[in-house]
Amino acid sequence: MADRPLLELEGITKRFPGVVANDDVHFELAKGEVHALLGENGAGKSTLMNILYGLYHPDEGEIRLNGETVRIDSPSRAIDLGIGMVHQHFMLIPVMTVAENIVLATEPHKGPFIDIAGAEKRVRELSEQFGLAVRPEARVESISVGQQQRAEILKALYRGAQILILDEPTAVLTPQEARELFDIIESLKAEGKSIVFITHKLNEVLEVADRITVLRRGKTIETVPREGATEQGLATLMVGREVLLRVDKPPAHPGDPVLSVTDLEVDDERGLPAVRGVSLEVRAGEIVGLAGVDGNGQSELVDAIAGLRKVRAGRIVVAGKDVAGASARESLDAGVGHIPEDRHLRGLVLDFTLAENLSLHDYRTAPESRFGWLYPRKMVAKARRILKEFDVRGGGPETPAASLSGGNQQKVVVAREVSRDPAILLAGQPTRGLDVGAIEFVHRRLVTERDEGRAILLVSFELEEVLSLSDRILVMFEGRIVGEYSPDVTEEELGIAMTGGGREQEAAA
Amino acid sequence: MTERERRPPETPGPAENAPDPEDAPRSFTESVGAWFGTAVGGIAIPVASTVLAFLVGGLVVAATGHNPLGAYKAIFEGTGLNPLSYISEDDRRGAWADLQQTLIIFTPLVLTAIAVAFAFRCGMFNIGGQGQYLVGVYAAVLVGTSLSGTPSFLHILIAIGASILAGVIWGGIAGILKATVGAHEVITTIMLNWIAIYGGQYLFELGGPLQGAQESIPRSDPVMDAVHLPAFPLSTGLQPLHIGVLVSIAALVVYTLLLNRTTLGYEVRAVGFNPEAARYGGISVGRSYFLALAIAGAFAGLAGSLDMLGWKYTVATNDIQISAVGFTGIAVALLGRNKAVGIFLAALLFAALQTGTSARQLDPAVFPPELAIHLSTLIQALIILFVATELLIVYIWGARKRLGFGGPARVQPELKA
Ligand SMILES: Nc1ncnc2c1ncn2[C@@H]1O[C@H](COP(=O)(O)OP(=O)(O)OP(=O)(O)O)[C@@H](O)[C@H]1O
Ligand SMILES: [Mg+2]
Repeated sequence: MADRPLLELEGITKRFPGVVANDDVHFELAKGEVHALLGENGAGKSTLMNILYGLYHPDEGEIRLNGETVRIDSPSRAIDLGIGMVHQHFMLIPVMTVAENIVLATEPHKGPFIDIAGAEKRVRELSEQFGLAVRPEARVESISVGQQQRAEILKALYRGAQILILDEPTAVLTPQEARELFDIIESLKAEGKSIVFITHKLNEVLEVADRITVLRRGKTIETVPREGATEQGLATLMVGREVLLRVDKPPAHPGDPVLSVTDLEVDDERGLPAVRGVSLEVRAGEIVGLAGVDGNGQSELVDAIAGLRKVRAGRIVVAGKDVAGASARESLDAGVGHIPEDRHLRGLVLDFTLAENLSLHDYRTAPESRFGWLYPRKMVAKARRILKEFDVRGGGPETPAASLSGGNQQKVVVAREVSRDPAILLAGQPTRGLDVGAIEFVHRRLVTERDEGRAILLVSFELEEVLSLSDRILVMFEGRIVGEYSPDVTEEELGIAMTGGGREQEAAA
Repeated sequence: MTERERRPPETPGPAENAPDPEDAPRSFTESVGAWFGTAVGGIAIPVASTVLAFLVGGLVVAATGHNPLGAYKAIFEGTGLNPLSYISEDDRRGAWADLQQTLIIFTPLVLTAIAVAFAFRCGMFNIGGQGQYLVGVYAAVLVGTSLSGTPSFLHILIAIGASILAGVIWGGIAGILKATVGAHEVITTIMLNWIAIYGGQYLFELGGPLQGAQESIPRSDPVMDAVHLPAFPLSTGLQPLHIGVLVSIAALVVYTLLLNRTTLGYEVRAVGFNPEAARYGGISVGRSYFLALAIAGAFAGLAGSLDMLGWKYTVATNDIQISAVGFTGIAVALLGRNKAVGIFLAALLFAALQTGTSARQLDPAVFPPELAIHLSTLIQALIILFVATELLIVYIWGARKRLGFGGPARVQPELKA
């Protein structure tokens, strides 16, 4: 009995129309173990975990908990069995406090009233026990993404989770927040909790996982211990071929400025200044990286260039045309392409088919439409070409975007923006949620685009990505550009600049 | 962080999603599963709601001491929809007259339902079908009682055009308010309904500007014969079937094409699904709101003119008060799931219920007509209640599930245990 794993998934098969998402998958979890689940986009990781959490029912296979076969037909059953899940997109109610969210549906009562003080006390105890710093009485909408994630973890623990599933928890975190999450994972492990951790970042896997299971196209490929695993080895296991983890790129040959921003000032939602007098230039044939901690005005800057946010003062010139204060349509027509940071908020209409999504900017022009009349077959033909070129898996032109895996959805957005041939491409977190193979592909594609004379402004919280792709790096802090660096700057130096400690306007190499 | 992923990882995508034809062909179970999923998500609920409503209605009939089956049979006979009625020479005339009546009621219901459905696809709840219908009525009366000497065909076109324009304006006002100051369409369209109702009272009341020549009756003059819509060649009876029914069926085709095959429809659907993504895609969200409500108003306004030019010919203040075509249209759209075929069937059901339970059709020995009218209202109300409850239940289940507690997960239908 003693060496029996806590949890065994045996021969799990799950079919969706046209796709076998899980094909005879085996997976085990020991008590007190952190087990990473790796695999390409669409490999079936989320599906497998959704099965464990009772959201999908397997077509075949068996789940054993402590050696006993269990049937998990709903999340509430999963919770009863001590299984908790934190989805990549949080399921919290924004207007309620952290404590209210956590105790929802299991509220402690004092007579007929909900005992909020008691709930807050219990939440505070839990958060101290596991080092999950978050204020129980804060409203969810007013706290950071990292704190929301902690609230989700607390919610699972509050309901007695012994097994915690984290689906791509670090995709939405800044590197600092990710570090804090790893500390939390360590303390959970020390308390005897078992954790399944899905990620595409191999360095994270090597840092926190005890064992690693790799899925490929729905099948279990191998389970390996952390000892002896390497990033390169894991990447090869996942993709089935050698992957280039570093971008090789020839030096840039920048041409004329395509985008020039002068003294730009933009406000955020609350009407407070977010961009305070930014001037920058991106020339044809170069990639400019915009580094910074989230919330320092990068998003507002990009939105303003894309015509999605009002400009208070300043100029934005795209290919010779002033688009400050222009509509999104005018910016698009002037040659702006934009990979938005959040694919679900903006990048995709999830209820549209892939063909419709891929025509989101071009549905008004021939050949997709003529005189206001749509030609769906033309849209489908175009979509088929693009989906193939960008290796989007899990569906064809007529598949609704909602049924693709997260990474494949991201590929659709990147494919649409890149294939429009914009003069300037604003790339916000372009590889968020992508697997190593897809990242390699997108990186290479961005470099090719650059070499063909496209101007690219890259916004990323991944310092590694910024460093390896950019020809110049601008650091943004509190709404201002506080420094310009050449890509051979060290991560440490950049990190200091991003928190406001950098030297002003260091000359680029 | 208010906008969450609307299809969280646990929610299966629509089951009808077609795999790429280049992929492996679907297995039989997959095809059946997909079909079943569509059926469950699509027609099963409306059908179940309808059946349930009739069952409850039957209990009520039984409670009044009558035989439910007999009552329903009599109601059905009175709708003109029973093919068997057309076999014998004797029954044929009566059945045909009933069918005409059903189709006359069917016509405006289809159009006011489209007015709800089109706005709905743009993410809005248009409660204003009634007001948009009424201003269409007024415009048709105004044109139909003036412009004498205009060639008939032209006169009809002008009258219909005026009604459509009136509906466009009525819907468009709500649209502009939503697009510019963000006024919620539910509030503004309800207010516009009242303005249309009281405006009509004022126009046609005794001494009102459009009150007719008969000074003692608060009613308009009848529209001129020249603007009467042509009737079907074989129509009989007091209220011959006018060609408006063809117009309403054509409107269903227009609705579907407009939504799915035009850039305007693309914009409307994109805004309806995800306004933020639509804005990012370069679509003017405000413009789409305006156009969607204006076009919705056009359909409802058209309904007003078809009723006036087709069979009512005149409008009295009393009619304005009791008319509910626009509101029934909401029910039709809801039951028909905003789909053309669904609207067609739902409108036919509601129209048949109204005809079948009208005093003229029912044998008092089988079921008293004065009760029957209420029975029809009762059944309609129950259908809406059940359809709406289902939406609520699904919503609550979805919400519970999204929050990770309780409620069975909605997953692919299980074909085997
Ligand atoms: N509800 C659904 N309906 C139809 N197909 C689905 C559904 N959910 C997932 N799939 C398909 O199942 C496969 C596995 O998807 P899953 O989301 O498990 O991938 P994943 O490993 O989590 O990928 P990613 O890293 O991109 O998130 C994909 O091909 C996807 O298109
Ligand atoms: Mg996933």
